[in-house]
Amino acid sequence: MAPSHAREQAVCVREVERTFADRRGAHVQALAGVSLRAERGELLAVVGPSGCGKTTLLELICGLQAPQAGSLDCVPAVLMPQHDLLLPWLSAIDNAALALRIAHVPRSQARGRAAALFAELGLAGFEDSRPHELSGGMRQRVAFVRTLLSGKPLLCLDEPFGALDALTRAEMQEWLAQALAREPRTVALVTHDVEEAVLLADRVVVLSPRPGRVVEQLEVGLPRPRRRTDAAVVALRERALDALALGRSAAS
Amino acid sequence: MSARTTHTLRSMSVTHGTGAARAALRTIVAPLLLVVALLGAWELYADLGSTSSFVLPAPHAVASALWENAGFLAANLAKTAEEVALGLLLALALGFALAVLVHLSSPLRRAVYPLAVGSQAIPIAVIAPLLVFWWGFGVLPKLAVIVLICFFPVLVTTVDALGAIDRDQLKLLRTLDASRWQAFRFAELPAALPAALSGARIALAIGVIGAYIAESQTATSGAHAGLGHEINADLTALQTPRAYAAAVVLFALAVACFYALALAERTLAPWAQRSRGETP
Repeated sequence: MAPSHAREQAVCVREVERTFADRRGAHVQALAGVSLRAERGELLAVVGPSGCGKTTLLELICGLQAPQAGSLDCVPAVLMPQHDLLLPWLSAIDNAALALRIAHVPRSQARGRAAALFAELGLAGFEDSRPHELSGGMRQRVAFVRTLLSGKPLLCLDEPFGALDALTRAEMQEWLAQALAREPRTVALVTHDVEEAVLLADRVVVLSPRPGRVVEQLEVGLPRPRRRTDAAVVALRERALDALALGRSAAS
Repeated sequence: MSARTTHTLRSMSVTHGTGAARAALRTIVAPLLLVVALLGAWELYADLGSTSSFVLPAPHAVASALWENAGFLAANLAKTAEEVALGLLLALALGFALAVLVHLSSPLRRAVYPLAVGSQAIPIAVIAPLLVFWWGFGVLPKLAVIVLICFFPVLVTTVDALGAIDRDQLKLLRTLDASRWQAFRFAELPAALPAALSGARIALAIGVIGAYIAESQTATSGAHAGLGHEINADLTALQTPRAYAAAVVLFALAVACFYALALAERTLAPWAQRSRGETP
């Protein structure tokens, strides 16, 4: 978007505000002056309590909503919602290839490209499985491949592992880190799991409860692969938790 | 407590030990017993009660009428079955097309829905003369009546299914750069298909009686004018057993069509079966 910069900005959000009318017509402010940025190739994690406008932020970045104030300057983004939303009448590989079919790539060619990613990301053998035959973790993997194959430079992951059990979630965090090492993209990851944010991200933005505003931005800067027991990971997690608590007490 | 445990164990050993043949037998035993019991009660009532055989023929009389008039009934069945099958297909197409229009455009929804609901209140006798005036004594006016009666359940189930699609699904498709048409083709159309077929199964139940009404209201020329027409003629001629035999054939036609549609649904939309459980 701005090639003159030293490092290209993939996401630049400036003083964005977003207010909704609830069912009774009362105004609910979701985001109050949020600013954040992510450079190309960075993984930006947005942490915050439930209802702090995280999903709204992703939808703004994806262009699904428009802000009432402030501005956004983002490269083309694709959304991966919390629920996999795989289409039950398509096989895993056809689900993964959905974006290519939408882009009018012939079916066999689209399946071929999806199959290559399946092999690369440890999904080989599941090509023809129907979504209902797959575990929750496998379904999220297929949904992630579908997101990758959109070809967009920015992936917006909305609590991708929120619905999984703790063991599967840990496994999926590791898998995502490996997948992104092989297929680098800029990622905006929304989560309420502070540990997940510190394990995966280059930069962690902590939001306050509604109306969401940025409480703190943490540069992670730790080498990968990271383990949740590493002293530096634990220290950063504590800092992020402190920021969350600070945001909560400021809001109440 | 212990008695119940023993009972459970025994019933478990029955299902486990005897295999598929007995399981299949068990699935037909209950409906078979019910039919036998109903027929028995009917037979007793017809034989011992004070009703005349012109009013209520006994099952054995109906059975022999069925047997003696098999060819005649089959020829009329062919006519009626053709009307029901074609009418149902047309109703499925019309109901589905209307549902898509109503789904895609809210002005159309406001315009079409009240008319569709109101159309279900029109007594067929009112419009039958017009249908005959337009299309004569052939199959067309009958199809029009059946379609009018049957499109409505298809319309309602399909509109509901189209409206029930996850909004996040549509957001996801938008970020995958799907056009409105592609969102429809990839997500909405396949989701609506099983709903339309369910609607057709509901429509079928009224479609067979719709064929009877159609034949009664729009006169037909020719030897084999359909079961509905035949029933009316037989009742007037006091050939009550044959009228009952024709009703039995209509009954069988409805059951057969119902299962044919269930099979079509299972074949065309196997994914819908899992979320809804077994079809009867």
